[in-house]
Amino acid sequence: MAKTIIPFGPQHPVLPEPIHLKLELEDEKVIGVTPVIGYVHRGLEKAAELNKYPQNIFLVERMCGICSFTHAWTYCLGIEKMLNVVAPPRAGYLRVVWSEVGRLQSHLLWLGLFADALGFESLFMQVWRARELVLDINEMTAGHRIIPSTCTIGGVRRDIGGDMAVAVQGKLAALKQMLDDTITQTVIHDATIKRRTVDKGRLPRDRAEMLGAAGPLARASGIAIDMRLTNYGPYAELGFSPIVETGADCYARTMVRLRETYQSITLIQTALARMPQGELAVKAEGLPDGETFTRTEQPRGELVYFLKGNGTANLERVRVRTPSFANIPPLLAMLPGSDLADVPVVVLSMDPCISCTEK
Amino acid sequence: MILTVLKNLFSRPVTRRYPAEAIREPCPDYRGAIVFDVNKCVLCNACARVCPALAITIKRTERQIIFDSLRCIYCRRCLESCPKDAISQDVHYAKPRTGRHNMAMNVPVPPKPSPKPAV
Repeated sequence: MAKTIIPFGPQHPVLPEPIHLKLELEDEKVIGVTPVIGYVHRGLEKAAELNKYPQNIFLVERMCGICSFTHAWTYCLGIEKMLNVVAPPRAGYLRVVWSEVGRLQSHLLWLGLFADALGFESLFMQVWRARELVLDINEMTAGHRIIPSTCTIGGVRRDIGGDMAVAVQGKLAALKQMLDDTITQTVIHDATIKRRTVDKGRLPRDRAEMLGAAGPLARASGIAIDMRLTNYGPYAELGFSPIVETGADCYARTMVRLRETYQSITLIQTALARMPQGELAVKAEGLPDGETFTRTEQPRGELVYFLKGNGTANLERVRVRTPSFANIPPLLAMLPGSDLADVPVVVLSMDPCISCTEK
Repeated sequence: MILTVLKNLFSRPVTRRYPAEAIREPCPDYRGAIVFDVNKCVLCNACARVCPALAITIKRTERQIIFDSLRCIYCRRCLESCPKDAISQDVHYAKPRTGRHNMAMNVPVPPKPSPKPAV
């Protein structure tokens, strides 16, 4: 049988962002994949070296539209380590709230896109309708729907308290109701979803470990890896434990993200209920010097920031490793053996965020 | 299933029926258009120094604030840095512009009143 090479992307109806995959096909089966990236490189790491370090918070937040708060948090943690500053406890709780709101909207966005990739348009619309409630929380608490811009070096810039906290709890309850009523029932029981996802794009545990899979992709293969266990925020006090599935296929990845959506709702509710009183930020002064290495959990997996200061207002090096970059080798292991018609589903199951990857 | 079909046949659409129904008011803390109060400004350059998008230029000799609203990312750093509370933020979006030529907004600052002559 002759080999055929089919280009998949960079422009494809299911791809939210441009990645090009050269699929080697034998009949309808994929036998090899070559990825091509570089369509959305913006030179943000270099731009971060040219800015003064407090201005970079807003730059790194725009590296990815979806996990914006986690980027800012990780950058601030790194700078705080260099300046020997510790954010007050209330700021830690508020950072958890905004970070989990970001995870909620990211997972719901992904679930919608995934339903769209399966051709399940009505589920896509229902999920994105539920996501509007999460975006309302962002708008209410931070002032913008997607990019909160609330994190700062030494703490946070806004407070959630009193009436605002009650309003957020109300929105979360409405979201949970909406998930319970329609979305979760459909994902768990719908035969079409199961046929399109179960046993598709399998990534066994040993392969996932060897290829360095991150985030929900690794957790769906049975690896209990989650940077929130390192307790960079008050996650231990909130009773966090990672969600793990053992299916190692597209359905397991869907279930991990769906269960994490519920977990995020609980985490926000607990954080709002137990939030300690106190100041929002401590003054961070001085010029960063030395090197720091910070790891946090983005909605897509482990995010790594390496910062190097040289005692001036500009950083010497800002290096970012995003989870989608780590998840490209596992994607190449998942695709061979699957049908051409399943390629969009398998690609989306890793939740590709190419803007993050290329920066 | 029949119940859902019947419910959907006779229920109203979830989305807002825009021209007939007014659009939703923005949240009270929404980060919208930046407004400069030229009478309060002392041209200290604090806002231009902290702006991450380099959207503000202060020309001290010409007594001008040049604000590039297309560069602005509405992060509110200038509001926090202003010692005279001369900058405020509207809850509505910044107005659209017709081109790049007129997006730089020149705000002349009136000269300070001359001190009263000593008696």
